[in-house]
Amino acid sequence: MTVELRAAGLRLAYGDRVVVPDLSLLVPPGRISVIVGANACGKSTLLRALARLLAPRSGQVLLDGRSVHALPTRAVARELGLLPQAPVAPDGLTVLDLVTRGRSPHQSWWRQWSSADEQAVTSALRATDLADLADRPVDELSGGQRQRAWLAMAIAQQTPVLLLDEPTTFLDLAHQIDVLDLVVDLNRDEDRTIVMVLHDLNQACRYADHVIAMKSGEIVAQGGPAEVVTPATVEDVFDLTCQVTTDPVSGTPLVIPIGRHHSTESVAR
Amino acid sequence: MTAAAVRFRLAAPPVSGVLRPRLLAVCLGLGLLAFVLFCLGMTVGDYPLSVGRVLAALVSRGDYYDQVVVYDWRMPRALAGLLVGFAFGMSGALFQTITRNPLAAPDVIGISAGAAVAVVGGIVLGIGSGVGTQTLGLAGAVLAAVVIYVLAWRRGTTGYRIILVGIGVSWMCTSATAYLLARAKLHEAQQAVGWLVGNLNDVTWSQTTPLLLALAVLVPVTLVLSGWLRTLQLGDDVAAGLGTPVQRARFLLLLAAVGLVAFGTAAAGPVAFVALAAPQIARRLAGVPAPPLVASACTGAVVVLGADLLARLVVGLPVGVITGVLGAPFLLWLLARANRAGSGG
Repeated sequence: MTVELRAAGLRLAYGDRVVVPDLSLLVPPGRISVIVGANACGKSTLLRALARLLAPRSGQVLLDGRSVHALPTRAVARELGLLPQAPVAPDGLTVLDLVTRGRSPHQSWWRQWSSADEQAVTSALRATDLADLADRPVDELSGGQRQRAWLAMAIAQQTPVLLLDEPTTFLDLAHQIDVLDLVVDLNRDEDRTIVMVLHDLNQACRYADHVIAMKSGEIVAQGGPAEVVTPATVEDVFDLTCQVTTDPVSGTPLVIPIGRHHSTESVAR
Repeated sequence: MTAAAVRFRLAAPPVSGVLRPRLLAVCLGLGLLAFVLFCLGMTVGDYPLSVGRVLAALVSRGDYYDQVVVYDWRMPRALAGLLVGFAFGMSGALFQTITRNPLAAPDVIGISAGAAVAVVGGIVLGIGSGVGTQTLGLAGAVLAAVVIYVLAWRRGTTGYRIILVGIGVSWMCTSATAYLLARAKLHEAQQAVGWLVGNLNDVTWSQTTPLLLALAVLVPVTLVLSGWLRTLQLGDDVAAGLGTPVQRARFLLLLAAVGLVAFGTAAAGPVAFVALAAPQIARRLAGVPAPPLVASACTGAVVVLGADLLARLVVGLPVGVITGVLGAPFLLWLLARANRAGSGG
């Protein structure tokens, strides 16, 4: 069920402030792409544009060759899912109710709980390990469970492409890994194309098939983690000197930053 | 907090959905209670009638004079109470859901204040004396809504900005109303204040019929549009991701909410606190996360009819005074609770 998502000549701006001047991108279908970059480099803006939340000044976002802004928004919602940063559920909304709402692009007013809906919701709850908490209000869950509930909603939408804006924000390390592992499951088991924004470079290296490094609204480098995450690129993108070694667990690049303090004698400044 | 839901699916016709037994029971119970209050309201007056005689007159039986009293004299008022409460309750539920804020109600965000300044201006300055209070109230409410929407627009609107701009507009209109009252003649001021508190005393069919016709259109339209509320409640970005045309949906839903409150205010004045309180009462009765539209509307009807009955039986005051007296402590309680929870409620 892979769908090709592509950006062509995107110019993105808020008012007079141009954030992304001219950007083209082909998201590798069926892979996990991670967008990295310093604060305010335009990575979330790019994700919002890919999700059609932000209309480009020029250029377009193409889903299998069709412009997402020209297609009916409900039709796009059956192909392209989105989980924004830190969403908030109304008080008292249960996990089951939230996840069921992920089905809305597939529903009509007389068909609110088809067997396809039930199957999608059940499997999303199972995938996120929330079946036992289905009747609990979302606002009473822990941070990690809450983020899993929102992910379950996005999973139940059953879109071939899933866009995640910093899905690990506000989670402790164990829950971050939990969520990222879940994303890999979605990619491997269901062949979904994933695009996510992550802050942690090492997690990006471990979980991405394709890393997209952005600076000032432009893509500086993209490709496999080992190609992209080098001391030179990190210096360019984050203005940070570092060493890159190998993650002993995953074999992917591991970035060790060099700050102004705490370096041993052997580190060349 | 959240009550049980029953999920059902029929093979033919291929209909499926979620039923909430408690919500259904609450709607039925409130609807019944509203009908009882509607009938009771028609028994009270200079010519006392029993409930039995009111019911007989309603189905066109019984004494001819009873029928005249019920249909020509008392039903306009009772029906106006029912419809105004229904409209305010539903409108409040819409505003609160769209803005995701339990404090958002047409009387907080300036719609009612807009109607008030237009009506008081009409009475005091004699502007549009030909068009009447009703039309002025309607025009004022709609104009205030347009001003709020336009001022809140920055490449789209957000619920938060609508509330902030609305509060500003509300204060401006309230100041203007106060100025007009200050320079009014005594009898004008009396007439204006009588309208400002919300009043069913002098309602006739000429106020009730337009309201009935407006609701016959607005309520079904609102219910059809309300499907969008399910996703809008999750925030603009999530709703957009789920395929909701956020700006169009919010505009149409706000239009319906403004229409409901404008026609209600035109008929009876801004009956205080009903639009604010009814949705929150209904939400707690039904045990659902967001104000349920029909249950909120029924709650509004019960509150207005009950307050009007109380006003006439016990104290002889306009209905808006009673809802205000009962509503103010409720608002304080809501605020205290919202602060404790550390969120919007």
